Amino acid sequence: MIHTDLVRLATTGSVDDGKSTLIGRMLFDTKQIFQDQLAAIEAASRQRGGDRVDLALLTDGLRAEREQGITIDVAYRYFATPKRKFILADTPGHVQYTRNMVTGASTADIALVLADARNGILEQTRRHAFIASLLRVPHLVLCVNKMDLVDYSEDVYEKIVDEFRDFAARLDINDLRFVPVSALEGDNVVEPSLNMSWYDGSPLLKIMEDIHVASDRNLIDARFPIQYVIRPHTAEHHDYRGYAGQIASGVFRPGDEVIALPSGFTTRIVEIDTYDGAIDEAPTPMSVVMRLEDNIDLSRGDMLSRPHNQPMVGQDIDAIVVWMSESVRLRPGAKYAIKHTTRWARAMVTDLQYRFDVTTLHRDESATSLGLNEIGRVRIRTTAPLFFDEYRRNRETGSFILVEEGTNNTVGAGMIGGPAE
Amino acid sequence: MSYELSHLEALEAESIHVIREAVAEAERPVLLFSGGKDSAVLLRLAVKAFWPARLPFPVMHVDTGHNFDEVLEFRDRTVTELGAELIVASVQEAIDEGRVVEQTGPNASRNRLQIEPLLAAIERHRFDAVFGGARRDEEKARAKERMFSFRDEFGQWDPKNQRPELWSMYNARHHNGEHIRVFPISNWTEMDIWQYVLNQEIDLPSIYFSHRRRVFERDGLLMADSPFIQRRDDEAVYEATVRFRTVGDMSCTGAFASTASTVEAIIDEVSTTRITERGASRADDLTADAAMEDRKREGYF
Repeated sequence: MIHTDLVRLATTGSVDDGKSTLIGRMLFDTKQIFQDQLAAIEAASRQRGGDRVDLALLTDGLRAEREQGITIDVAYRYFATPKRKFILADTPGHVQYTRNMVTGASTADIALVLADARNGILEQTRRHAFIASLLRVPHLVLCVNKMDLVDYSEDVYEKIVDEFRDFAARLDINDLRFVPVSALEGDNVVEPSLNMSWYDGSPLLKIMEDIHVASDRNLIDARFPIQYVIRPHTAEHHDYRGYAGQIASGVFRPGDEVIALPSGFTTRIVEIDTYDGAIDEAPTPMSVVMRLEDNIDLSRGDMLSRPHNQPMVGQDIDAIVVWMSESVRLRPGAKYAIKHTTRWARAMVTDLQYRFDVTTLHRDESATSLGLNEIGRVRIRTTAPLFFDEYRRNRETGSFILVEEGTNNTVGAGMIGGPAE
Repeated sequence: MSYELSHLEALEAESIHVIREAVAEAERPVLLFSGGKDSAVLLRLAVKAFWPARLPFPVMHVDTGHNFDEVLEFRDRTVTELGAELIVASVQEAIDEGRVVEQTGPNASRNRLQIEPLLAAIERHRFDAVFGGARRDEEKARAKERMFSFRDEFGQWDPKNQRPELWSMYNARHHNGEHIRVFPISNWTEMDIWQYVLNQEIDLPSIYFSHRRRVFERDGLLMADSPFIQRRDDEAVYEATVRFRTVGDMSCTGAFASTASTVEAIIDEVSTTRITERGASRADDLTADAAMEDRKREGYF
């Protein structure tokens, strides 16, 4: 198999900071834009009366987006260098579409946050950096864009870097980097800039290629949420009973002693099957089928882990929630369907402790509800126990969604802090 | 041991997770199978997801009646080998029963006419999860779509109001009459598909590989000479060595000159081409800036 790794990126930033242009530039300079795509956006740019090709038209794929010149929903883009394949989620800058930004950032290995060199750090820049840190995107790169409009000034760049560093010190960011770019002119995007000799770092693409992401995965805590029970009922596989799922974290091997939750039974893994044959070890995020030594009670929504390293089990949970509904507010006492790993239950919000002001990071303890795009700390009680870890330790077993039972809409995204006391 | 997965292994793991999740949560899933390379890869992933059990759902072909013989033969052979149930939703039947009206003229295509029989079959069989092999890198409206894409009781997509989709957590909840379109290979590119076809030795219809064929030129594409497409007087037929980059309705799928006769040769060709696969083969998407978005809103796949 050809060995290049897969890296997920999310781009964020305020409206008009030039995100879509930056992506267009990245695709253009890495020669990932095809002739017919270029011809189409050249024609569209001309039709709009622009005097140069608007690279943003490459990613703004919806009619409404092209008409208004804004990004409404996440657009996914794909490009590759010889070292890496990138999945890039281009997320909206507008406040009203913050929930779509959260969608794009939830799976990202690297967040690119854009700032306009003329405007510095705006409210939206802070909001996006905060959300990226909340969602535990492991690496954050602040791209100071439009350097061509400030005469490629080192002073302007340094000032913005200092201001952002001050703000970021109050966030939980593992790895923070900075790069001055001009997406429009192509400075420091793919090629090093000739206009900023004072900058001795790498261009953005090189940074994205070099960031080490493999060690961001949790390979310590073995967690296997049961997704589906496979029972072929065929002559050849008459007594076959396999537990299918994707390994949420850690590594499983045949012979491992495992504990099943919620039953608490322990048994051993006999074999880890795939269509291509049995395997010796299965690290996250592989999708596999496990066969166990004993026929124990185990079905969808249950979990396998190791006896000496188990998730927390409980029905009262402390979490940060991002609210995503336009029509209803989150209020204490309200009930929702909750999905956590492969398990559905019902949940009641028992307490709203505070609401974040996402630009000042101030905690408003007088808040009584959360509206669209608001973020707060809540306690929930679930109808069935969940098997969870802290989100900061495990993105897969530490996250959940809340679904409104009448409309079936996904209305909240939760990140678990721990059991509620 | 680094435990690092290659990009194909990571994509495969994600797709299998999505397929199992949809089947676990839906009552009546179905997989759309056109006989093209993307649906062939999707079908292999679905088989892998439930192995050693059989595929736990039927496959459905939306048949425009304007098929390449090689593709129909491939469809029937593949379905027979798997022992899967095949459902055919027929555009011809919809025309005969007056549910849709055939277009006329040289640019007539049955592409858009697939929407009605597709939605009618979904309703008749009460399918509530419909797997499709669409990829986000194919087209700008598809680049916006979720893995689990909600459809209302009219089969419509509302691109401005999609359900947030976080982590690897998918929400398949729906009321009766509504359904979810599920796109497990959303994150695959054309190159990933070909590398996987090579790696997994997946069988494909012969028209993907270089062959001799009677063609004529239209809008820069080489259209196969067939009874399903009306030639203009100035469009002369000649024989050429061609292959198809996508497989669809004969009236709107074009070929291009190519000598690539193996998967390896196709991978070389795809890695150096400067034209997208839809631009190189789909007459329907050359017609308007938002042609795909408009079709998708109405229920197209």
